[in-house]
Amino acid sequence: MSHAVRERSAAAVIGQTLLWSFLVCLGIVVAYPLLWMALNGFKTNAQIFGSPFSWPTRLAWSNYAHAWNHGVQSYVVTSLLVTIASGVCTVMISAWTAFGLTRLKIPGQPVVLALVLGGLMLSPTVALIPLVRMFQDLGLYNSDWALIILYTAFRVPFTTFLIRAYMIDLPVELDEAAKLDGASESQRFWRVLLPLCRPIIVSCIILHVLFAWNEYIFAMVFTGGSQTTTLPVGLALLMARTGSNYSEVFAAMTISSLPIVIVFFATQRYFIRGLAEGLGK
Amino acid sequence: MAIAARSDASAREVAATGSAATFPRRMRGLIGRAFSFRWVAAATIVLIWFVYYPIVDNFIVSTTHSDIFTGDVENVGLANYARLLHDPIVWSALWNNCAYAVISIVFQVFGAFVLAGIIENLRSAFWQRFWRALYFVPSAISLTVTGLLFYFIYQPQIGLLDAVLDALGLHALLLPWLGSEHTAIYAIIAMSQWQGFGYSTLLFAIAIQKIPREIFDAATVDGVGPWRQLFGITLPLTREMTALMTLVTITGAFQVFNEVMVMTGGGPNNASQVLGTWLYTQGFSQNDFGYGAAIASVVFIVTLITGVAHLWYTKRGRVRW
Repeated sequence: MSHAVRERSAAAVIGQTLLWSFLVCLGIVVAYPLLWMALNGFKTNAQIFGSPFSWPTRLAWSNYAHAWNHGVQSYVVTSLLVTIASGVCTVMISAWTAFGLTRLKIPGQPVVLALVLGGLMLSPTVALIPLVRMFQDLGLYNSDWALIILYTAFRVPFTTFLIRAYMIDLPVELDEAAKLDGASESQRFWRVLLPLCRPIIVSCIILHVLFAWNEYIFAMVFTGGSQTTTLPVGLALLMARTGSNYSEVFAAMTISSLPIVIVFFATQRYFIRGLAEGLGK
Repeated sequence: MAIAARSDASAREVAATGSAATFPRRMRGLIGRAFSFRWVAAATIVLIWFVYYPIVDNFIVSTTHSDIFTGDVENVGLANYARLLHDPIVWSALWNNCAYAVISIVFQVFGAFVLAGIIENLRSAFWQRFWRALYFVPSAISLTVTGLLFYFIYQPQIGLLDAVLDALGLHALLLPWLGSEHTAIYAIIAMSQWQGFGYSTLLFAIAIQKIPREIFDAATVDGVGPWRQLFGITLPLTREMTALMTLVTITGAFQVFNEVMVMTGGGPNNASQVLGTWLYTQGFSQNDFGYGAAIASVVFIVTLITGVAHLWYTKRGRVRW
């Protein structure tokens, strides 16, 4: 009997070793390119070409400074502005809509619900050409407003979907009680439901930041021609402009990724909890 | 359920008071309800104006041809669609999108599910969190950055990939990955797997955590091994997440744009064009809005079919415990 146990535990040890080697190798494959990117930002061009695997001999912050002054600064400002403005609009509109759909009797409720859920399936690519003509007519082409409007419009369905799923699971008694106490719809939303929805609101904000900070197709088509464009498009422009000065491009790539990675690590607990509650099984 | 119960109750309330209610009072209720519409008005307007109307308009644009010199727009019926059928690049782009979808399902749905199962089976909560977070990091970074990063990695002179292959003695594999018509799209797809698998792994991990522990404990007591638990218990119980991830992966594969644009621009010789980049090239570089819109319609039809298939699947019955 002890023999069998020992045999099984030997197999378990081998199994565990294989499993951990797999996880570690995958971890290296994920992390090493990112580390390489950040380190290349500190190297000179000659070092990048000469010895791809080496550590930088000294920390050449100048690449980062050059990248920052050659446009990255204005891309960061535009990205921040667009991300914050569209994030506030998206989350506000979505929370109102989720409240209307789950707690109020509104005319045409099934139609609104269908509009929201159907919107989950529609993609920016399909609407691209008509939207360009529309924004040219509106005089908003090549402006930050175009991105703020479009990011809001295309993210409202998903954000509403998450907040609605969360609100449905909240006990009805709480705001029913508020209603009996004579609270108006606005008071029920702002004082009762919105505070209760804080976890999902936080997750929605994080998801929106991940989306807006990284979005490319709208940013390229609607602001690619102007000086004030967002980071993803700006990086591609910088790459085309600086030619073979790769170390500066690596520095710019690192500058644009760092904030979002920090945001993710700082908020991952809320992010995961919110997703778990919003997405269901 | 809660909503249904509530509206039932309110229907009874209305029925009870309805006969006694005076006309102005009912009128006031009606106005009050219409006034409640303000909560959903913003979403309704924004969605109709900027999401639904443009998609309808896309079909109208796709039946026109606009002259870029005179600006005249003429109705050409289905001519753009006829041209679509005879455009070899549309077919190769469609093939590339399909390859994207199939490979992504293998790695980002099946692979991510197995990986999530492995991670959730680890005993230490710290290491569970650690691996989930580490693998997720590339998904937080923009595809422009990861695309440019892999553009450098694939580069023969400074690239990591050829340096690694060289060190391993695999000289036959020293290829200009993005420069060859045969490998370009697959090199892009590989980057996309690297970037995206952590996101779906995280979502599967969340789905697995929602399964009651007792089910696994009972299986362990009965002597069911971890792999049989993964495929016999976890897989069927997370099938809603699997269906959702499959939907997201397929629709995502037909909307691919960013990484192709950054890494190859559709080249070499249009070999790595996908529908999204071909639409852009035709619509904006060639200024042929009508033809671009026709290509967009293909994307719409594929995503619609996938969406309807997903609805049909989830309607068949939800997982309960």
